[in-house]
Amino acid sequence: MSKLVLKNIGKSYGAFDAVKDFSLELQKGEFVSLLGPSGCGKTTTLRMIAGFMPPTAGTIELDGQVISSPEGVVPPENRRMSMIFQSYAIWPNMTVGQNVGFGLEVRKVSRAETERRVDKILEVVQMRGLKDRYPSELSGGQQQRVALARAIVVEPEILLLDEPLSNLDANLREEMRFEIRRLHDEFKITTVYVTHDQSEAMVTSDRIVVMNKGRMEQVDAPHVLYGKPRSRFVAGFIGRTNFVEREGATYSLRPQAIGLSTAKPAMHGVEADVVDRAYLGEYWDYQVKPLGETKPLRVSTAPTTIFELGQRVWLEIDPAAMVRVE
Amino acid sequence: MRLGRWDSTWLLWLLIVAVLLFLVVSPFIYLVATSFTGEGTGGFTFENYAKAYGRDRYVQALVNSLELGTAAALLAGAFAIPLAWGVSRTDMPGRGLVRLLVLATFITPPYTGAVAWILLAGPNAGWLNKIFVALTGADAGPFNIYSFPGLVTVIALYSFPYIFIFTTAALELVSSEMEDAANILGAGTWTTMRRVTLPLALPAILGGLIICFLEAIALFASPAMIAIPARFNVVTTQLFQFFGNPVRVEVAAAYAMPLLGVTILLVLVQRLITRRKGFVSLTGKGGERRPIALGRWRWVIFGYAMLVGAMSVFLPYLFLLQAAFSKAWGRGFSLDNLSFKNFHFILFEHATAALSVWHSFLYSGVSATLGAIVTLGVAYIVARRLMPFAEVLGFLCVAPFVIPGVVLAIGFYAAYAPPPLSLYGTAMIMILAFTTRFLPIGYVNASSAIRSLNPEMEEAVRVLGGNRLTALRRVVAPLLKRSLLGAWLLMFIPASRELSTAIFLYGPNTKVVSVMIFDMSEEGNFEYLSALALLLQVLTLPLLYIGQRAIGRDFMLRRTAT
Repeated sequence: MSKLVLKNIGKSYGAFDAVKDFSLELQKGEFVSLLGPSGCGKTTTLRMIAGFMPPTAGTIELDGQVISSPEGVVPPENRRMSMIFQSYAIWPNMTVGQNVGFGLEVRKVSRAETERRVDKILEVVQMRGLKDRYPSELSGGQQQRVALARAIVVEPEILLLDEPLSNLDANLREEMRFEIRRLHDEFKITTVYVTHDQSEAMVTSDRIVVMNKGRMEQVDAPHVLYGKPRSRFVAGFIGRTNFVEREGATYSLRPQAIGLSTAKPAMHGVEADVVDRAYLGEYWDYQVKPLGETKPLRVSTAPTTIFELGQRVWLEIDPAAMVRVE
Repeated sequence: MRLGRWDSTWLLWLLIVAVLLFLVVSPFIYLVATSFTGEGTGGFTFENYAKAYGRDRYVQALVNSLELGTAAALLAGAFAIPLAWGVSRTDMPGRGLVRLLVLATFITPPYTGAVAWILLAGPNAGWLNKIFVALTGADAGPFNIYSFPGLVTVIALYSFPYIFIFTTAALELVSSEMEDAANILGAGTWTTMRRVTLPLALPAILGGLIICFLEAIALFASPAMIAIPARFNVVTTQLFQFFGNPVRVEVAAAYAMPLLGVTILLVLVQRLITRRKGFVSLTGKGGERRPIALGRWRWVIFGYAMLVGAMSVFLPYLFLLQAAFSKAWGRGFSLDNLSFKNFHFILFEHATAALSVWHSFLYSGVSATLGAIVTLGVAYIVARRLMPFAEVLGFLCVAPFVIPGVVLAIGFYAAYAPPPLSLYGTAMIMILAFTTRFLPIGYVNASSAIRSLNPEMEEAVRVLGGNRLTALRRVVAPLLKRSLLGAWLLMFIPASRELSTAIFLYGPNTKVVSVMIFDMSEEGNFEYLSALALLLQVLTLPLLYIGQRAIGRDFMLRRTAT
């Protein structure tokens, strides 16, 4: 049986649909991301799962029991979930230990047991020794770890994360992605993760739901999503791509799937001119215009592969790399 | 697990709604209804209005009020605007001192100021007259506080802090870059001030003038002490006479209507002016600010500030102290006139003086607590949209702002003096009236405090299994402690000196210190009165200290405080 089931849920404000006809099933222990640009309805969906807002259509079931429907919702405090907020929402009036122990306290766990579990989880998130600090004395990354510990220590049925890394600087964000995945592998908590950052979703998730304008565009494992995007939106949102029109259909062609050389390749060769280029350290980003075409293609090559502006080059395009999109 | 949108906290919200109906809506409805109720008959009638405006002198009192308000607001502007500019935008020396003087003025009750000025500028016996006579050898001094200009001066001296607060708040949002832009195009300091700085602050200055006008026409104490001996009436003193024996509450209600109408109208105008969108600099953040170097002129403006300070603080308190510590104030500063008997008398001998101080603090404490709870609750409901039409509750909390104290008192009298509640003369009616009167101050503060709280703080509680009350108790309340203390003090301090509602509602056993001081002034006991007035000020100082420690130096002089 699925752990969490969203059946055709929708949220509308008058004529505006924030979320429409959204269906998703999560298996126990699965990590699913909701990925999309701002305003796509991902946070709304998460807040409906948490019970902060009722859906205007559809139902949400946890372990086969309806917890949300337009007729009513089980309030957040009775859902046995936990959530990590964009602002961390660490309570500044409580110490780290009190923050982390709060959920156990309201669940009436004994004091000794609370103590033990708080110590253990602080160890796991590498915050041992900071138990009696107040949040204002912590760095952003440490506050993030407190938020993680506080959410995990109660062993929730579902863990919800709302853009938890968006307030961290780039290096820390990268580190915390792996940290979140590591904690998931350790505790196997069923998780829904909302983000607008594709690499965050790809590092952490078993499956990614790409959302656009309140609708679900595609649900798949990260590598499938990248390799076989089904819509123009998904292809454009996950990574960079070229759109190529052939015989009335649109195809997505990734810049790194195109070979670039001075010599004519054995197969699938196309002649082109280099019209623009940028050096980005990890790779070259070329704009090349195939002869007789008006639209240039983007091609990525190794940083050592150097071509001059205006140089005539050969492209090698494998038809198998061209993915048809809607 | 149960599906549902109901939880027990709804009961709390319903209770708050009931309290607001009781505190705000019902007195207002009674006020209006009573003005149409026949005296003795109880039937519907327009007769009260005919009686209230049937005599020339009643109409004249209304005209006097409007003239008084206009003159006092303009004079207060002349006091406040240069000081505000000097303090917030220039390198005038002693800026901290000037702020302190404005604060001292602000916490001086109007009746204390009026009494001090009677000591200073009473005909013949007033100190300024005596000094004038001693210096010039003339027969009599030129000053007479018992006159229209005298009343205007006293009111302006103790209401100019309102304009000061509004003006400094606006000037502090004008960035130096805007002035630099004028400078680089060739404008000097004075041109820049006249063409750039002042116009940007103008809406706020006008707003302050309006508040000052409203304060002046709603005042009861100073007119009662000064206008009545000078043989003219204003609306509030006339209302008090309708409340004499026998109490003619119906006529009083009808007579209060123009005062209420003018106030509502001007508050709306004030809101429109200060919210005008054209002045971007007043809505955004100001950017960097540097004080303007005034050169020698800084001593001129400092001198002016000291003159205002002398009139509002130094001279009044000097002579209040003299009177409070003397056997007879007219005998001047000499050691054989020095005495502690006045303090001994009011504290230990007088039947009700010490008790009245206790009453003031007790009633103010209870009403500030009640006000803080109600306004926090409403601000929370509004900010978190917990109920449909929550904005209406917020509106009810700020609505008493447009009801002058005397008018509010008449509403309370009409609503709760008669059976079934028969609250007249009880502590309860004083507490409730004080609560309503200062509800807007509490609401503005509670609401800005709650809006500064990220709702995710509470959502984090709920998602971990705590209900809304747990969130309020464990997170919201602890985080708002300081701002709540601030709101409490901002309600408590004015309530502890409130006269205009108290004078209509007190009974023999519920006299508060303001009423006591007013009574003593009628009896001419200036030595006892000065001692009592100073005692009230001294008792306020620890509260100011607590407030400054908890929420910042200027907590009384912030824009949100008014």
